[in-house]
Amino acid sequence: MQTEFLQEARRQAEICNACRYCEGYCSVFPALHSERFFSDGNLTQLANLCHNCRGCYYACQYTSPHEFDLNLPKALAEVRQDSWDRFAWPMAFAKHFQNSGLMIALASVLCFAVLFLTIRALGSADGEGFYAVLSHSAMVSIFLPAFLFPLFSLAISMRRYWRATDGEPVQFSHIVEAFGSAGRMKNLAGGHGDGCNFEEEDRFSQSRRFAHQAIMYGFLLCFASTSVATILHYVFDVPAPYPIWSLPKLLGIPGGIFMVAGSLWLMGLKLKADRNLGAPSAWGGEMAFVALLFLVALSGLLLYALGSTGLMPLLLAVHLGSVLSFFLLTPYTKMVHGFYRLAALIRDAQRKPAM
Amino acid sequence: MTSDIDIVVIGGGNAALCAAMTAAEQGASVFVLETAPKSYRGGNSRHTRNFRCMHKGPHGPLVDDYCEEEYFNDLLKVTGGKTDEGLARLTIRTSQECLTWMQDHGVHFQPSLSGTLSLGRTNAFFMGGGKSLVNAYYRRAESLGVRVYYEAHVTHLELVDDRIAYVDFTHEGTKKRLEPKAVVVASGGFQADTDWLTRAWGPPAKNFLIRGTPYNRGVVLADLLDQGVSSVGDPTQCHAVAIDGRAPKFDGGIVTRLDCVPFSIVVNRDAERFYDEGEDVWPKRYAIWGRLIAQQPDQVGYVIIDAKSLELFMPSVFPPIKADSLEELAEKMDLPPGKLLHTVANFNQACGNTSRFHPTELDGVATSGLTPAKTNWARPIDEPPFYGYSLRTGVTFTYLGLKVDENAQCSTGQGPIHNLWAAGETMAGSILGQGYLAGFGMTIGTVFGRIAGREAANYAN
Repeated sequence: MQTEFLQEARRQAEICNACRYCEGYCSVFPALHSERFFSDGNLTQLANLCHNCRGCYYACQYTSPHEFDLNLPKALAEVRQDSWDRFAWPMAFAKHFQNSGLMIALASVLCFAVLFLTIRALGSADGEGFYAVLSHSAMVSIFLPAFLFPLFSLAISMRRYWRATDGEPVQFSHIVEAFGSAGRMKNLAGGHGDGCNFEEEDRFSQSRRFAHQAIMYGFLLCFASTSVATILHYVFDVPAPYPIWSLPKLLGIPGGIFMVAGSLWLMGLKLKADRNLGAPSAWGGEMAFVALLFLVALSGLLLYALGSTGLMPLLLAVHLGSVLSFFLLTPYTKMVHGFYRLAALIRDAQRKPAM
Repeated sequence: MTSDIDIVVIGGGNAALCAAMTAAEQGASVFVLETAPKSYRGGNSRHTRNFRCMHKGPHGPLVDDYCEEEYFNDLLKVTGGKTDEGLARLTIRTSQECLTWMQDHGVHFQPSLSGTLSLGRTNAFFMGGGKSLVNAYYRRAESLGVRVYYEAHVTHLELVDDRIAYVDFTHEGTKKRLEPKAVVVASGGFQADTDWLTRAWGPPAKNFLIRGTPYNRGVVLADLLDQGVSSVGDPTQCHAVAIDGRAPKFDGGIVTRLDCVPFSIVVNRDAERFYDEGEDVWPKRYAIWGRLIAQQPDQVGYVIIDAKSLELFMPSVFPPIKADSLEELAEKMDLPPGKLLHTVANFNQACGNTSRFHPTELDGVATSGLTPAKTNWARPIDEPPFYGYSLRTGVTFTYLGLKVDENAQCSTGQGPIHNLWAAGETMAGSILGQGYLAGFGMTIGTVFGRIAGREAANYAN
């Protein structure tokens, strides 16, 4: 545990608690103002509740060069990043992947290589379409563990988080509130609805909020597409490829387009934003993660567009390889933020008195 | 340097920006000369959090009603009648339309902050505080074509007959001169000039802390007063409150306040009590304590509370000094231990029945046979651990300023100066002759900033 991160966040939270000017921006401040002393668990919860909208930084009269040197978005980002490392299972993985975009890229390449080898070794026994390149059973034997392992790992992390933040039994209303907040990305709206301060100092803008939602909803559409396809395959015995007016395509194509557009947008914003208002060591890993999402979506769309050409086997390997690395890395990359954020929002819903 | 600019606004806080935006919206070309660097722009407005606003019915974040008469009476109470009724009523009446105007210029409001519920009817809180308001105004001003120079130190305004002929300033190491058609002065008071403060108040002022910007040194104010521009306000007085003694010399702002005095005993350097700590609720007494501390040896006081009072007040920016015994606390705070024990013992003995203790009301839980008495919230200091804070005098603003009329126009003994207007803290003494009303400084700045901008633009056009 990086006690200096917690110590610095505690110092800053105590100053914020004596000021309270930022109360209306987001969920962090009402939660912060309800405490008088900040335990490590309090700070971990505040850190994961923070969406890094930066409104408080630009509004703060105590930022550097003032001697109080407040930079709450950064202080909380460091604690947040550290908490993900601490709660990860197995822990050794997290250290490398969180902080290193290069490691993510290497892992992806490794996955591609494994796929190519598999394709060669198993050959195209008797399948059609994609399955002529890689048999369906081979795909399942690779992807089912790759899907289940991260879920298992995440379950352990969430349990550790819940313990650390003294979480209470979850009620349905807590979940409704948390999903309601995430669904609208309320904490990037600035409290007044004009958005957050990200790419152009103190100017309020919806760009980051909308880019994030494009990726998030795009991802959910793609995930729904894959789930529907799985059901079609197993329950209705309708294997891929599917025609354009089928449910998997109707969900997957817009989803892929949203993800491609959103991830490009977000990468552009991240290049413009001040890196010193986040955890600087995590910047590369975050960027590589967005790039990975972009690759997943783009290769999926290309696979659809060029599926009947000679490029198909290559595109399939790239697409499946990027999906494989995406799933395997979920507990150790920025992807994990979604799970922690929801946990923090649920935990915050428990703090508030019932409406 | 000469140019075809219409208006120079001196200062870079709320009043200056209100003037600059208003003038630019009327088509004037405007230059803002802000003495602070960009990171410290905004003067004392950076530290504000709300403005006091008259209204009938719910208005923006405000609830219920706050009518002109009630507002004016509140002002009379704090100033003891030292106000200009005409200007005061003008300010109060105009405050209502200001709220919408502020929103139109990028200011966001938020509900009354936790711990300040009593202000939800009278004061509209800026979301993010005064610096976010200042940020919004700079963005808007720049989009209106207002040009801003940071670290532009105005040294002299040349008054020739009844006009300002030119403005001298230094910027980026060189001396420059502008010859605008009109000038708006909105550069605050002189409280950051410790020498001036010491001349006005006396030697104790050297030990005062300045709650706001270090850039309000009164250079322009002194320059104009030297040339015979009419002044208003007591030149020896400043508004001061008791704040955490560990606060920085400048710019500590809101977080350095300490609300624990009513639940404490306060002693001086010699561990002696000197005033009734429970005279009234803290918001009505913190200014008196600024003066009381200023009169003590070394201009310092020491607040002593015990464990049962620790969570009765807003959290402090620095944790209190903590000790398991009063002797240990005295040593940590550099107080004579024997004397402190004696003072606390006397106080504890004088405490009576505390069952009616109520932290947020005048509960009448008083000492008996003690001088000075503590007339409310008097509970013995006997439950370890014990906690202490040092208290010092924190200066908020000075009262001396430029006298203006209802058009924010300045004058000399010979009559109005045709192209000089003033707004904000630098003329607030016209309305606020003594005391302070929470959020009224921002109201004066907004109302008179807009008037000054309007009048200067009319003149320039």
